[in-house]
Amino acid sequence: MRDVYGEVLLELGKNRSDIVVLDADISKSTKTINFAKNFPERFFDVGIAEANLMGIAAGIASTGKTVFASTFTVFASGRAYDQVRQSIAYPERNVKIVATHSGLTAGEDGAMHQSFEDIALMRAIPNMRVISPCDGIETRSVIRKIASIPGPFYVRLARPPIPIILNSSYQFELGKGIILKEGTDGVIVACGIMTHIALEVSTLFSSEGIDLGVVNMSSIKPIDVELIKALAYKYKYIISCEDHNVIGGFGSAIAEVLPSINTKLIRIGIEDTFGDSGKFEELLRFYKLDPSSIVYKIKEVVVSDRV
Amino acid sequence: MKYSLERLKEIAQRVRYNTLYMITRAVSGHPGGSLSATDILVTLYFHTMKYDINNPSLEDRDRFILSKGHACPALYAIFYELGIIRKEELDTLRKPGSRLQGHPDIKRLPCAEFSSGSLGQGLSFAVGVALAGKMDKKDYYTFVMIGDGESQEGQVWEAAMSARKFKLDNLIGITDRNGLQIDGSTEDVMPIEPLADKWRAFGWNVIEIDGHNFSQIIDALEMAKKFSGSPTMIIAHTVKGRGISFMENMVDFHGKAPTSKEWEKIKLELELGGELID
Repeated sequence: MRDVYGEVLLELGKNRSDIVVLDADISKSTKTINFAKNFPERFFDVGIAEANLMGIAAGIASTGKTVFASTFTVFASGRAYDQVRQSIAYPERNVKIVATHSGLTAGEDGAMHQSFEDIALMRAIPNMRVISPCDGIETRSVIRKIASIPGPFYVRLARPPIPIILNSSYQFELGKGIILKEGTDGVIVACGIMTHIALEVSTLFSSEGIDLGVVNMSSIKPIDVELIKALAYKYKYIISCEDHNVIGGFGSAIAEVLPSINTKLIRIGIEDTFGDSGKFEELLRFYKLDPSSIVYKIKEVVVSDRV
Repeated sequence: MKYSLERLKEIAQRVRYNTLYMITRAVSGHPGGSLSATDILVTLYFHTMKYDINNPSLEDRDRFILSKGHACPALYAIFYELGIIRKEELDTLRKPGSRLQGHPDIKRLPCAEFSSGSLGQGLSFAVGVALAGKMDKKDYYTFVMIGDGESQEGQVWEAAMSARKFKLDNLIGITDRNGLQIDGSTEDVMPIEPLADKWRAFGWNVIEIDGHNFSQIIDALEMAKKFSGSPTMIIAHTVKGRGISFMENMVDFHGKAPTSKEWEKIKLELELGGELID
């Protein structure tokens, strides 16, 4: 995802002179360095100063430019929260915050670098749009698309390579989820790195004769209310999946628009705790977000419902 | 606009009057820091800055960013002088739906340039505006006023460092050094001195002036515009509550509206007692 971000910035930089990119000393990690090398006059490294990063981004955007500001998700959403709220979102500045090393994907760096609250923080800010792409193809489409939509965005990107799910003709649409697989017994709605895991969960279930659909819902805000309604009328179980705190995050966003009918929402995510050090795959197991653990959790809920 | 010193003084007097009128009517607002900033704001808008009042989004305009957003009644009073704000709006300060929000909101009042109020953010924004000016080879200037208490915010110094890195000699900061903040004197609450040395250490050109002396304000702004290679910080020594005897240097008037009885005294002191405003 990060590599794709770097590539699309380069492509945007070539085609549009209004694109400006800012980073806070981690351009090699966020991949904004590609843009920096090719367009040094439109790239600014502000050093380890995330508050200033957001403020400068807002100032540049006020002159009519489209500004991409990048750092890690934990700093973009937490360290610079007030600047994002006051300097970017309130006056609706044309700043695209593209943050990397989301959630568990910060891996070995541990709790201090793992953001499990960023979706909650960012989506609670009026005017802010929140997107968590599921793979490189979607990342490419999202970055291209938001570059042409005025106003603030927060995009959450993973650190490690994530398997490609979507086909190359896929086009991201703001506020739209997509059905990757129809099912009959329930549906998993996921975003970001959890979408490919949701597909694996569905495969595991199908070997047991249980048919779960899968929906990729990268647009967390605005969220696809119509699709969620339709899913609620069709399925008895909706399972939300996120590598983020279950409080205030993606599952909560779904819960907020779920119609009051007899559908059960099972929220899978980080259970209100801080992170830990480890390889991304290890952490998925540690936090029971790997496919087998998710299968187990879903079964637990469904069985207890039947008792 | 290049008004004479006499005109600037007259305007400043009316701006003080309307500032206090608005705050008294609202029974809420920040008179002290509005009055200390008034003479500088009047000089910027009626002498130094280039802008077209009928075209607030003109690309080449000079920009003024009021980082100490609580002083916005003074800015609103200036916008009233410029005809941007209507007379009846002066009665709507801090009221729901008003363009005259408790802190400036550029969505309602674009000429305010920056939605300020969370202290410490204006200088970073101004760095961005000035940087864009350099990028596009525009010759506009970016002026930004910060409070002395506001300088306790760490972000101010992040911005200071970056303005020097980017050699923003088109950026001119003004510190309203009135010496007081809500809890008392800045030097008691959290010392900011030696302030001039701090800015110099961050690579800024520093000018110190009496922030109520129009000639000094004009000269400092001109010198700052001519200075090349790095940004300038004008440390303007001011008096909180300036112009009203019982408000001067009174920390209580940081965020307290005058009573109706005090308003009667204000009218007498500003010798504009008869007709309201205009």
